Amino acid sequence: MTPPQGLHELLPPLSAHEAAVEANRCLYCYDAPCAHACPTHIDIARFIRKIATDNLTGSAQTIFEANLLGATCARVCPVQELCEGACVLGSEHKPVMIGRLQRYAMDYAYAHNVVPKARAATGHKRVAVVGSGPAGLSCAGELALRGHQVTVFEKRAVAGGLSTYGIIALREPVDIALAEASLIERLGVKIKHGQELGGNLAVDQLQSEFDAVFLAVGLGATPSMGVAGEEWMLDGLQYIEQSKMNGKALQVGNNVVVIGAGNTAIDCATVAKRLGAGQVTMLYRRTLAEMSAYPHEYAFVKMEGVDIRFLTQPVRVIGNDGKVVGLECVQMRLDGDAVPNPIPGSEFLVPADQVVKAVGQLKPSLAALLGLATDKGYIQVNRNFETSVSGVFAGGDCIRAKNSASTVMAVQDGKLAAEAIHTWLI
Amino acid sequence: MADLSINFAGIRSPNPFWLASAPPTNSGAQIHRAFEAGWGGAVWKTIGPPVLNVSNRYGAWHFGGQRMLAINNVELISDRPLEVNLREIAEVKRAWPDRAVLVSAMVESTPEAWHDIVRRIEDTGADGIELNYGCPHGMSERGMGSAVGQVPEYCERITGWVMQVARIPVIVKLTPNITNIVAPARAALAAGANALSLINTLNSIVGVDLDTLELTPSIGGKGGHGGYAGPAVKPIALNMVTALGTDPVVRESGVPVSAMGGIMTWKDAAEFLLLGASSLQVCTSVMHYGYRIVEDLCDGLSNWMDAKGFAGIGDLVGRSLPRVSDFKDFDLSFRAVARIDEAKCIQCNLCYVACNDTAHQCIDLVGAGGVLVQPYAYSAQSNGKREAVATRAHPTVREVDCVGCRLCFNVCPVDHCIEMVEVPSGRAPVTWDELVKSRPEITEQWPAMEAYRKAAGIDVH
Repeated sequence: MTPPQGLHELLPPLSAHEAAVEANRCLYCYDAPCAHACPTHIDIARFIRKIATDNLTGSAQTIFEANLLGATCARVCPVQELCEGACVLGSEHKPVMIGRLQRYAMDYAYAHNVVPKARAATGHKRVAVVGSGPAGLSCAGELALRGHQVTVFEKRAVAGGLSTYGIIALREPVDIALAEASLIERLGVKIKHGQELGGNLAVDQLQSEFDAVFLAVGLGATPSMGVAGEEWMLDGLQYIEQSKMNGKALQVGNNVVVIGAGNTAIDCATVAKRLGAGQVTMLYRRTLAEMSAYPHEYAFVKMEGVDIRFLTQPVRVIGNDGKVVGLECVQMRLDGDAVPNPIPGSEFLVPADQVVKAVGQLKPSLAALLGLATDKGYIQVNRNFETSVSGVFAGGDCIRAKNSASTVMAVQDGKLAAEAIHTWLI
Repeated sequence: MADLSINFAGIRSPNPFWLASAPPTNSGAQIHRAFEAGWGGAVWKTIGPPVLNVSNRYGAWHFGGQRMLAINNVELISDRPLEVNLREIAEVKRAWPDRAVLVSAMVESTPEAWHDIVRRIEDTGADGIELNYGCPHGMSERGMGSAVGQVPEYCERITGWVMQVARIPVIVKLTPNITNIVAPARAALAAGANALSLINTLNSIVGVDLDTLELTPSIGGKGGHGGYAGPAVKPIALNMVTALGTDPVVRESGVPVSAMGGIMTWKDAAEFLLLGASSLQVCTSVMHYGYRIVEDLCDGLSNWMDAKGFAGIGDLVGRSLPRVSDFKDFDLSFRAVARIDEAKCIQCNLCYVACNDTAHQCIDLVGAGGVLVQPYAYSAQSNGKREAVATRAHPTVREVDCVGCRLCFNVCPVDHCIEMVEVPSGRAPVTWDELVKSRPEITEQWPAMEAYRKAAGIDVH
C-alpha cells in the first residue's frame, strides 16, 4: 500500500555499513539498562552484538524471543523515553540508535523469512483472541508458539489494529503492520475478519468454543467535546486512518486547526502539514508542561512548521454557507492542580477551514456489555491479566488504567497474558 | 621547539620517520612525493633478483568496525628491473640531499651476488643499505629473506660478505619469525653490521572466506601464509626492540636500532624511541592513509617533547629501558586495587561481568542504601528510562578481596573512571628471586608456601 507523497516512512533503513558502525558503538553492557527500560525487555545488547558479528538471523531471533512485533516497535516506540533514553552512552554523547538497529534486524528477518522459534512450554488448547492490534497479535503468536490453536476475531477488514490504522505512515507504513500480522498467521494463528464482539459475535459463544478468551479490544472513538458545531469537526483517528488507507482521497484544508496536544493530535497536524495545508495550528487548553505528547514528538511537529496555541479552548465551530470558516475559542488560565478555567470575556476567533479533534479515546464500551469489572472505565484485570470473569483475560490499551498507553506496552501485555493463559490452561 | 633530527649510524635525516621498505617506496616518483610530504627518509623497496607478483596480494584483518588493524601480504621484492630502480635511487638522492635514502636488498646467497649488489647500490649515492633477512613469504622459498634471518649462522656469513665491500652504513633487518630475536642480532653484530632494524612481518594466515571456504585473500582459489604488519603487531615489535635494548651484547656494541612494527601515531613512535630505537620506520599506516600522516607524526612528537622538556630525539632513546625488568625481580609486596569513580561510572557493568566471570569476583552491584543487587533482578513489569536508570545499581569494588589484576581497568570504556590505586600491603618489599635465595623451600613446596603466606598475611582465595 503506497502512502501519498509526503507520508513515506521518514527514516531510511540503515545501510549495512551504518548498521555495523552503530552496532560496534554499543558497549554490550551487562544487565543493560536499555533492556530494563524496554517494556518487553528485549535483550538489546545481545541483538546488537549479533548485528556486529554479522549474525542477523540470530539478531532477529533475539528480538522475537521477547517481542513478536519487533518490526512495529522498532518504528513506533518512543525510544527516547525507553531504551535509548536509558543508554549508558547518552550521558556523554549520543545513545546507540537502538530503534533503527532493531528495524535493521527485523527488515532482514522479513526479507529472509526468519520466523520466531517455538517456545519451550507446549499445550494444545483452543484460545480466542478478540482484536488483532499489538496486544492481540502478541498474545496470539505467543500462544501459537506454545502449540495452542488460536483464533483471532477482528471486526475490521484488515488486521493490525492501531499499527495498521492509527500510526501515520511516516512512522510505520501499512505494509509493515500487515507483514507482521501475516507472520503471526504463519505461526498457525487464524485471523477471522468482520467479527465484532457484541455485534455478530457473542462472548458466551467464545467461551463455549474456546478454552480461554483474551480481549485486546483497544479503546473507542474520539469522545464528544460538547461544543456547538462539533458535527463540523473531523475525527482525528479517522483522519489518520484515511491518510493511511486511502491517502489520495483525504481532503486536507488550507488552514487546519487540530484540537488536542497528545501524540494523535501531533500525528494529525503532521498529516495535514505534509499533505499540503498552508497553516496548521494545534490548540491545547493547558500548557506545554501538561501536554501528553512526548517531547521529541513536539519538537518534531514544530520542525514541521506546525503552530501551537496553549491555554486555548474551542467554544464553537463557525460555519458559513455550509463551510467551516473558523473556531471561536476562549482564553484559559490554569488554576490549582493545573485545572484549566476560561477567562470570561476573552473569546476570540481562530480562522480555519478544517477542524480536526484529537482529544483522546473513549474507554472500552465492551466492559459494560460483557459485565466485566472496570477500573476508571478500563477493563479491570489481576496480575495474571485475568478479568473478573474466569477464563477471560484482557490486555493492551483497554486495561491501561495506569501509565500511558503504547504499542510496546500492549505487546508486553499480550506476551505476559499468553504466559498466564498458558499456565492457567495447563 | 624540539629538534627531531637524527644521526643514525652516520645517516642523517631531519626527523626520525622513514618509510619502511615496502610498497610505499616502490618508485622514485612515490618517494619524491613522500619527501615533499615531509618524510625524513625512505628505505627503497627491496631490490634483487627477478620476480613475478600475483593479484590479491594484500589481505587485512578488520575488527569491530575498524578497518585494517593489520595487513598481510604476499607481495615479493621489487618487480621493477634492477637498472630502473638503481637509476631512480640516484635521481632521488640527488634531488633530496638532506633526506635519508636507504636501499633494501636481498640476493642469492653467494659472496659474488652480494658484493655486486652492494657496489651497485653504493654507486647510486644512497646513504645506507638494509639487508632484508626478513620477508617470510615467497622469497624465503628461494632461500632468501627469513630463510636467512631464521638461521643466525647464515646472518653472520652473509653480513660478513657485505661488510667485506660496503663503504656506507649497513643495517641488518631481522625477522620476528624466530624464538629469540637476540640470536640473529648478535650474529649480525659479530659480522660487523653497523645497525639493526626490526621487525619485519610475521607469518600469518589472515582468514578464511566463509562463503567459498577459500583462504582470504584468494589467489586463483589458493592462499597461504603472508607477512603480517600493522597496529596489531606493535606490542610484539615493542617486545623485540626491548629485547635488543636490554641485551648486554647489543648494548655493548653501541649499534643503533631502527624500529618498525605497527607505528600508527606519534605516541607509538615515542614508545619505540623510549625503548631504545633511534630511527623509526612506517608502512601500514601509510598504506592506509597516505604519506600525509607524517605531518602529525612529527607535529605530535614535537609537541609532546616540548611539553615534557625533551630537546632532541637523543634525550628519548632508551629512556624507559631501565624500567624493563623480569618477573623474578618484581616486588611481590606491591599492592594495587581498583577503585571506581561513581561520578564518572556510566554503569555499563562491563567491569562487573569481567571480574565476576573471569577474574576474582570482587565487584558487587550496590543499589540504593548499600543493598547488594543481583543482575537482571528487575520485574518484567518494570520499564521506562527513569526506572531503569534510577534503580540501577553501581558496580563497587570490594577492595579487601581485590587482587589488583587490572582487568576491570582494561575493560572500562570511560577514561579515568577506574583507577588502580596503590595501597600499602603492610609487607616489606621482596622479590621471587630473593625468596629463591633466602627461603627456597617456599618456592618449591606448597605447604611451605602456605605457611609463608599465613605468616606474611597474604590471603589468596
